[in-house]
Amino acid sequence: MSSPASTPSRRRGKRGRGSNPSTPQDARSPPSQKRRADDSTSTGDLQPMPTSPAADVQSPGAADALFSSPPQFRHSAIPLDFDISSPLTYGTPSSRVEGTPRSGVRGTPVRQRPDLGSARKARQVDLHSDGLAEDIVATKQSGQKLVIWGTDVNVASCKEKFQRFLQRFIDPLDKEDEDIGLDLNEPRYMQRLQEINIVGEPFLNVNCDHLRSFDENLYRQLICYPQEVIPTFDMAANEIFFDRYPDSILEHQIQVRPYNALKTRNMRSLNPEDIDQLITISGMVIRSSQLIPEMQEAFFKCQVCAFTTRVEIDRGRIAEPSVCKNCNTTHSMALIHNRSMFSDKQMIKLQESPEDMPAGQTPHTVVLFAHNDLVDKVQPGDRVNVTGIYRAVPIRINPRVSSVKSVYKTHIDVIHYRKTDSKRLHGVDEETEQKMFTEERVKILKELSKKADIYERLSLALAPSIYEHEDIKKGILLQLFGGSRKDFTHTGRGNFRAEINILLCGDPGTSKSQLLQYVYNLVPRGQYTSGKGSSAVGLTAYVMKDPETRQLVLQTGALVLSDNGICCIDEFDKMSESTRSVLHEVMEQQTLSIAKAGIICQLNARTSILAAANPIESQWNPKKTTIENIQLPHTLLSRFDLIFLMLDPRDEAYDRRLARHLVSLYYQSEEKMEEEYMDMAILRDYIAYARSYVNPRLSEEASQALIEAYVDMRKIGSGRGMVSAYPRQLESLIRLAEAHAKVRFSEKVETIDVEEARRLHREALKQSATDPRTGIVDISILTTGMSATARKRKEELAQALRKLIQSKGKSPSLKYQQLFDDLRAQSDTAVTKEMFEEALRALADDDFLTVTGKTVRLL
Amino acid sequence: MPCVGDWLNNPLSIVQGFFAQNVPNSDWEKKVTEYFKEKLKENNATNWVPSLNDVPVHYLKPNSLVKFRCMVQDMFDPEFYMGVYETVDPNTNARVLHFGKYRDVAECGPQQEIDLNSSQTVTSERQTLYCVPVPGESAWVKEISFLTLASQARVSPSTSYTPSRHKRSYEEDEDMDLHPSKQKEQHMGNRGGGDIHGCVEPKRLETEAPAGHHLISPNCSPPLDLNFPLPGEKGPACLVKVYESWESFKVNDVLEVYGVLSVDPVLSLVNSEERDSSALDPMECMDTAEEQRVHSPPASLVPRIHVILAQKLQHINPLLPACLKEEESKTFVSNFMSELSPVRAELLGFLTHALLGDSLAAEYLILHLISTVYARRDVLPLGKFTVNLSGCPRNSIFTEHIYRIIQQLVPASHRLQMTIENMNRSRFIPHKDYAANRLVTGVLQLASNTSLVVDETQLEQGQLDTTGVHNVTALGNLITWQKVDYDFNYHRMEFPCNINVLITSEGRSLLPSDCQVHLQPQIIPPNMEEYMSSLLTAVLPSVLNKFRIYLSLLRLLDYSISDEVTKAVEEDFVEMRKNDPESITADDLHKTLLVARFLSLSAGQTTLSRERWLRAKQLEAQRKARLQQQKCVNGNEL
Repeated sequence: MSSPASTPSRRRGKRGRGSNPSTPQDARSPPSQKRRADDSTSTGDLQPMPTSPAADVQSPGAADALFSSPPQFRHSAIPLDFDISSPLTYGTPSSRVEGTPRSGVRGTPVRQRPDLGSARKARQVDLHSDGLAEDIVATKQSGQKLVIWGTDVNVASCKEKFQRFLQRFIDPLDKEDEDIGLDLNEPRYMQRLQEINIVGEPFLNVNCDHLRSFDENLYRQLICYPQEVIPTFDMAANEIFFDRYPDSILEHQIQVRPYNALKTRNMRSLNPEDIDQLITISGMVIRSSQLIPEMQEAFFKCQVCAFTTRVEIDRGRIAEPSVCKNCNTTHSMALIHNRSMFSDKQMIKLQESPEDMPAGQTPHTVVLFAHNDLVDKVQPGDRVNVTGIYRAVPIRINPRVSSVKSVYKTHIDVIHYRKTDSKRLHGVDEETEQKMFTEERVKILKELSKKADIYERLSLALAPSIYEHEDIKKGILLQLFGGSRKDFTHTGRGNFRAEINILLCGDPGTSKSQLLQYVYNLVPRGQYTSGKGSSAVGLTAYVMKDPETRQLVLQTGALVLSDNGICCIDEFDKMSESTRSVLHEVMEQQTLSIAKAGIICQLNARTSILAAANPIESQWNPKKTTIENIQLPHTLLSRFDLIFLMLDPRDEAYDRRLARHLVSLYYQSEEKMEEEYMDMAILRDYIAYARSYVNPRLSEEASQALIEAYVDMRKIGSGRGMVSAYPRQLESLIRLAEAHAKVRFSEKVETIDVEEARRLHREALKQSATDPRTGIVDISILTTGMSATARKRKEELAQALRKLIQSKGKSPSLKYQQLFDDLRAQSDTAVTKEMFEEALRALADDDFLTVTGKTVRLL
Repeated sequence: MPCVGDWLNNPLSIVQGFFAQNVPNSDWEKKVTEYFKEKLKENNATNWVPSLNDVPVHYLKPNSLVKFRCMVQDMFDPEFYMGVYETVDPNTNARVLHFGKYRDVAECGPQQEIDLNSSQTVTSERQTLYCVPVPGESAWVKEISFLTLASQARVSPSTSYTPSRHKRSYEEDEDMDLHPSKQKEQHMGNRGGGDIHGCVEPKRLETEAPAGHHLISPNCSPPLDLNFPLPGEKGPACLVKVYESWESFKVNDVLEVYGVLSVDPVLSLVNSEERDSSALDPMECMDTAEEQRVHSPPASLVPRIHVILAQKLQHINPLLPACLKEEESKTFVSNFMSELSPVRAELLGFLTHALLGDSLAAEYLILHLISTVYARRDVLPLGKFTVNLSGCPRNSIFTEHIYRIIQQLVPASHRLQMTIENMNRSRFIPHKDYAANRLVTGVLQLASNTSLVVDETQLEQGQLDTTGVHNVTALGNLITWQKVDYDFNYHRMEFPCNINVLITSEGRSLLPSDCQVHLQPQIIPPNMEEYMSSLLTAVLPSVLNKFRIYLSLLRLLDYSISDEVTKAVEEDFVEMRKNDPESITADDLHKTLLVARFLSLSAGQTTLSRERWLRAKQLEAQRKARLQQQKCVNGNEL
């Protein structure tokens, strides 16, 4: 429970808004007098505070006079003309509204705000002994200005300012996720109030950023004195609301919930300065307690005369009346649980999000207290932004021990939750990435993007420890940027894939895994799996029964987790057939369909796939095609935009450069390495910025260039009666060109982008789709798994075999081995057994013959 | 001026002195650290400070200055405390200012109360680190650091404690048990009788007395898991409270801290009080009972140290100066370097004997032992040199003895027996326990430069379950990337590490390794046991110490390659590729460069010379020839 001990730290908080930024060092030094002086200088219109607040107290009447409508002033402990505004009336709403018409400011019950309340109550009691009513001890100012004790908040002007904010704030440019159905050119918060009237949920969420742009000073006050300012906001909002909608019936009065306070973003940066201020931090919920009924007010009944009395909880304790006021019997009062008032409360542990953590340290955690309807709003595992008041409470004094543990307990009273990834699985929104870039950072990035060699620079910065393979790095770089997302749903084709998939195959030990590891470490939402170790279930999603709740839970696998990221799959060739089959849907449709255990759903898996495969014979056989070397179904292969071969080039100059590169690895100091290459953090920011802010469209010339490129690709083959490009390749080209435009931060895809895309595509093709027998690029290797020449040869062999059989005369059956030997003898090229069998199969398909065991029968 | 005894026995009085002098401003804090820094610089003053590593907690005086050599196992949340507070006497209304730094408990006299509303109160922040003694620390490190302590300092405050106790066996400890508790009673007498109960109990836990003591104290919770990474470790775990620059400390860092020992029994008492009252007051029960237990264990079991000075240690070898940058240590280094080659020759001979006469394997073992990750190039760790010693005789005590010898040479080591059962049962990867809010440790949470000897000869055919597979993968990742992915339940987090892994196996190991050396024993001793133990006893302690210095020192040296040699290496590589493009790959160049690096360093040279490069090539060729040979012998075994 809070006690006045939190005030010392509060004071420092107040100092914090002074002009001088206070380090913990000097925070300790100045005596309170000096702090007061600071206050007055910084606020200008405030006189130095008296050391003892009691010296300058105004009569309660003055406080009353200040407020034209005392009922709204809920904090007052002075008995008011009616009881409804007192926190004491909190409870189940129905129990308290009998008789009174439930509308209008007066009729709507006020619900106590435990999120703000704890410290206030304590102080109330404290000051009571001094003969004060609440903490609104006002000081007299030159212009009859009254402020709340210890702050510079003037309730009337604060209220007025906030009302003006509500009525006038318009920001047509600021589009938020929740703004569905809002007219951005009308005052935003008035529309919100209207919504409250219709929906009946009496909470008004206010973006602090809006408030800041509207009135800097009001924002500052809100941050520094949330406990005083938020109730004022409540008053203001309610006045406006009931002014407009006097007949509206709400469960209780509107509560204002500010969010997105800019004060603190990171849990690690919380320090004693932040105590009792409004803060917003992000993190992940790791544990939530059960609901704790917290007694707000105890109800006592005298056993003798049935006289009842209510006692408010003070610092977690009930002062049990020892004497009945009515009949003066001692120890006759008994607590009646059923008639006491309780409020809901929940303890939640929030852990720092992994991104915010410095390397090598363990995450920090912070305790949150959620009250009333914020209870059970979040589950463990949720990523949330929490806005609340930071509190520090000394560990309770033990009456039996004179010493006290000199440590405070800290927690945050939650005012507002905002889930950061609630939409991830539903995919309503495009980019939920809320990456914040400072202006300087954006400037640096933009400057970088203007450099002519940015593409080369970035590709060099990628995995600098891996030598050369520049085209591969460029390919991966484009994959990191990705294409533009296109939506053709209205024409019935659904979403076009924007992600670029890449397959690396090649000799073992050519640092494929290293590249994968690097990419996985670079992107925020990367997943790394190994083909051998993953199952279809692990990649997609599975349904699990929660052992405690017996509830079915959908657990997502690597592909879904890397939505909007990159899924790195090592040892792709070792993946089982069934596992690979799930990739078909992911790699083209970018979704995952699941139908199991009563859950049927389609999850988004807009992930790029970066796979690495080893050749089937462990060493790449240059005499075989890609398909033959890696033995992957061509249906899957054609879904890769780029397939790179990572071979060991046997070339002296290359060896020399490689040797130099490696040697330098072994003696260069770390600093020197960092100088040479672009920082990984910059690279990461660059990519993140481009991904979220740059969305290039095809320009006219670029489309022409693309068409030309495609036609050219088709032409290459058509000369020999083959088709060397399919629409899928055109799509790949478009994606690559878009990605390249993104690298330049260009909103337009231009010819140079197409050119680079074409070059890269050709490079990749040259490596993977070259027919080893002819040396010509042949796309049909990828699409049918067989090169056109190979197909031609197969046909020829089949014809030769048919002729051979026909020449043997009318015998209905032939010996298999005999036939094979004959064919070999006849043919001028070497005929392997496989080729022979293939030819037989081809003839069997033509219903020319059947093969049974070792004999071949003619039909 | 305070005398020696003062700053050792009662450092808080000195702090009080500075505090009283400078109270209006916060200078006193700086002055305190400076004062202690100066004090510890004086001739061997560090040796006067009793160390928690050597002296059991109950022999140390509360609130005295102690030192502790430890590894950061976990970091708790930062806590806010009263940096300065005011007490008030309700009778006379006299107000006194106190400091809360270096203290767990805000003290005040019998007639005083703490004024929680005082305007003078200053809230400050400090960080708590959960520290354990360096895991796998070799016995000789403990012994030597203990001896230096005993020879120079007779500071055994408040007790008749004798250093010989350290060597006493485990059983004897228990006899001692009664004695220290009396001791405790004496200096805690003024705290009231109730405290003793709270303190003696946990100490029994510490010495792990037979289960009977549970009967004595039925309300005692099950023994607290002190979270030592390796099984069977002993020694105090400590809550180290850091006041400055805690951002620089990382998990798994090895630290040496000097600070005020706090074992105030009130700490444990406050907890139990809180736990009782928590049932009544929901506001107090922010933490579960379990979290309470972990985060504020009994002070007698897990003492607190309030750090005045802390430094990260580069190594824990007590034979070496702690910091090699200083002037005095430079002379030490150059002195040692002058006699380096005889030491190397002797060490090579010693290891050759240990490896049954195989000098090539011994050479590689030296290279392995001085290897360390000196840099990371994006994901690639540079300088790791995992050796797979294949051809070890199965089911013999050979591997065990190899480990024993390594243990004698390196400051920290652990032997991991790769049995199916071990792999399935033990926990390798540290994971976060959210109920208790702490990082539960695993075998792979080790400090930098720990030698991990994986004994694969113990592995039989059998089924690995999920844990087993995870453990093997983690071990593989550790070897390849020198990092361990700690399990945070909702996500994983990567912690880089620097661990020397030596794998002993029969055939090629199933774990990845940088280089495989096949053992070719020249002598088969009839009695392995005898042979090995005679080997160790034959080495003079002074020689052994030289070996130890040698291995620790060479790790810390810098290294470079001149342009000239770079050219030569290039030429060489191109040439090799020309002759045999199939078998020489970039990978081989990597390995040869590594071997050359450590070969140069092992001879005390910090640059690569042409001769060394040729020698490295030669070694590699020999090693490969052996593997080839082995392949032929075993047919398709490989």
